[in-house]
Amino acid sequence: MARRQLLALVFCAVHAAPLAAESIGDPTRGATLFDRQCKACHQIGAGATNRVGPVLSNLFGRKAGAVPDFKYSKPLTRMGADGLIWTLQTLDAYIENPKALVSGTRMNYRGMADATARADLIAFLRDYSDQPQNIPESEPTARKTAPALDPAILAIEGDPEYGAYLSSECSTCHRRDGTDDGIPSITQWPPEDFVVAMHAYKAKLRPHPVMQMMASRLSNDEIAALAAYFATLE
Amino acid sequence: MILNRRHVIGTGFATAALLSAPMVWGQAKPRVVVIGGGAGGATAARYLAKDSAGGLDVTLIEANPIYTTCFFSNLYLGGFREFESLQHSYDGIAAGGVTVINDMATGVDRAAKTVTLAGGQTVPYDRLILSPGIDFRDGAVPGWSADEHADIMPHAYKAGPQTQLLKSMVESMPQGGTFAMIAPPNPYRCPPGPYERVSMVAHLLKQTNPTAKILVLDPKDNFSKRALFEEGWGRHYDGMIDWVGPEFGGGAVEVRPDTMEILVEGEVQKVDVCNVIPGQIAGKIAAIAGVTDDSGWAPVHPDSMKSRTDENVYVLGDSSAQGDMPKSGYSANSQAKVAAMSIRGELLGSKVFPAKYSNTCWSLIAPEDGVKVGASYEPTPEKIASVESFISATGEDAALRKVTYEESLGWYSGITADMFG
Repeated sequence: MARRQLLALVFCAVHAAPLAAESIGDPTRGATLFDRQCKACHQIGAGATNRVGPVLSNLFGRKAGAVPDFKYSKPLTRMGADGLIWTLQTLDAYIENPKALVSGTRMNYRGMADATARADLIAFLRDYSDQPQNIPESEPTARKTAPALDPAILAIEGDPEYGAYLSSECSTCHRRDGTDDGIPSITQWPPEDFVVAMHAYKAKLRPHPVMQMMASRLSNDEIAALAAYFATLE
Repeated sequence: MILNRRHVIGTGFATAALLSAPMVWGQAKPRVVVIGGGAGGATAARYLAKDSAGGLDVTLIEANPIYTTCFFSNLYLGGFREFESLQHSYDGIAAGGVTVINDMATGVDRAAKTVTLAGGQTVPYDRLILSPGIDFRDGAVPGWSADEHADIMPHAYKAGPQTQLLKSMVESMPQGGTFAMIAPPNPYRCPPGPYERVSMVAHLLKQTNPTAKILVLDPKDNFSKRALFEEGWGRHYDGMIDWVGPEFGGGAVEVRPDTMEILVEGEVQKVDVCNVIPGQIAGKIAAIAGVTDDSGWAPVHPDSMKSRTDENVYVLGDSSAQGDMPKSGYSANSQAKVAAMSIRGELLGSKVFPAKYSNTCWSLIAPEDGVKVGASYEPTPEKIASVESFISATGEDAALRKVTYEESLGWYSGITADMFG
């Protein structure tokens, strides 16, 4: 009994320490970024209402596409149903490049490339969600663990001939002519978005089980090959 | 040697010349003949023609001028789709440069490398793809034979008039009547198919005949997506479906089509509709060609889908014995692409990449309540082996089930476009 208590204490200490010690980012800088880049479409905090974009209060731990009365794009609703939850990690990926995480999202925002700026913005957004000190079991605020995509991976020149063969596995479900009906279109994507999206499935950041399985066995070269092929498909 | 071979091809060609585009001697292209225009054969023919850009002479032999997909035919039974939505012509494949012959292949001479058709023609090949689907094992269900009893107790396991017959029988069942299904032993086409069918029949009956009963007699201890189906049956059709496994006689069933009776462990039961899905073997032409083994299926090399019996013959889809992949349209479509690549490599010297296979099977349990199971596969020396898999979970919320159903509709339009152009 005594031993178990001791273990529990050690466990807590190990996990609690980084939470206290390490903040996500600078919420004050984040507030400025929010005013400049988000406020035109989103409201947050007391009295916030849906505008062009949905209310961003209580965002953390929320299923994507779940704010009542907000009309989301079909792809965002679909991803929410598939299991996309807004966490530090998924929000970071979304703000970095919305259309690479949720292809076809209506959020008309080019993305925020600077990782520090994103961390600051997310720290600001985090202040408007339930805090760990309020609800111990709520989403932890630990820094994201998945490394960002290595620029070397993005720089791989894909072999379109190999991509053509590999693509035959995609076209069982995805229409080559770009028809989007129950299954998203993947033709004529910018290669970089394609590569980021496939790696997001591989890292299980994107939620869909079929796509996670398909992506999991594709090498970096194979993903680049597919991106090269689909980018040019008529 | 080469001259002899040319000579044989030449005589065959003289008879076949009427069916295909004229060709100049000396420029003869390698010939690939595909038997069976379903998910395996149609895909293979289309990809061979498309990817060889005219370098191959591709012929597809299929008995039906219009193809009715077996996949999604349960959704027609449940009233979710029109019958016509399951039907596809071969015009798109023909437009893609494939010679489509609407006839039944009745013989394969592997020594001469020719296929004989019911119409009397002989078609020569350099490579032959067999993708003939399934046939029923004689005597699989005592008292029932496909030739004599399919009009009384339909199998509806090759989509077409049989599917329409089964639907009309369900619709005209007396109030409170009994629908019986004799489920097949492994291995068989579309593992979740019988249980999706039970769900669709239950959905239909729930609306028009809510006191009707469904009795499933099953020789298997377990079945595909069982937890998901049983959860769904409890939720949507509580008390309507009775599944009887082998421990209670589900595996020892005899039928009496003349009196619409079934015998379970000697006990006679009168039923109103009886769907007999018998044990299965490879489509007949595979046995005629001599590429099947004692199991009734055709063993293939896992890295190419090439027959283990004849290096000039490939076997795709349901007919093949390949290892872990289920017999499904999706699997056949996946295998077809590997075989097409292998054949182009052999005949045209194009690059051959490592084989990758995959499968996903969606099933509909009730309106907007879709589930799925899938896996990826890779060849090992012994078999095509499962690498990674997933399955829908019990207790998923309605939004996810709806998205899964919508995704299955997208898959149907995707795979049929991939098969038929």
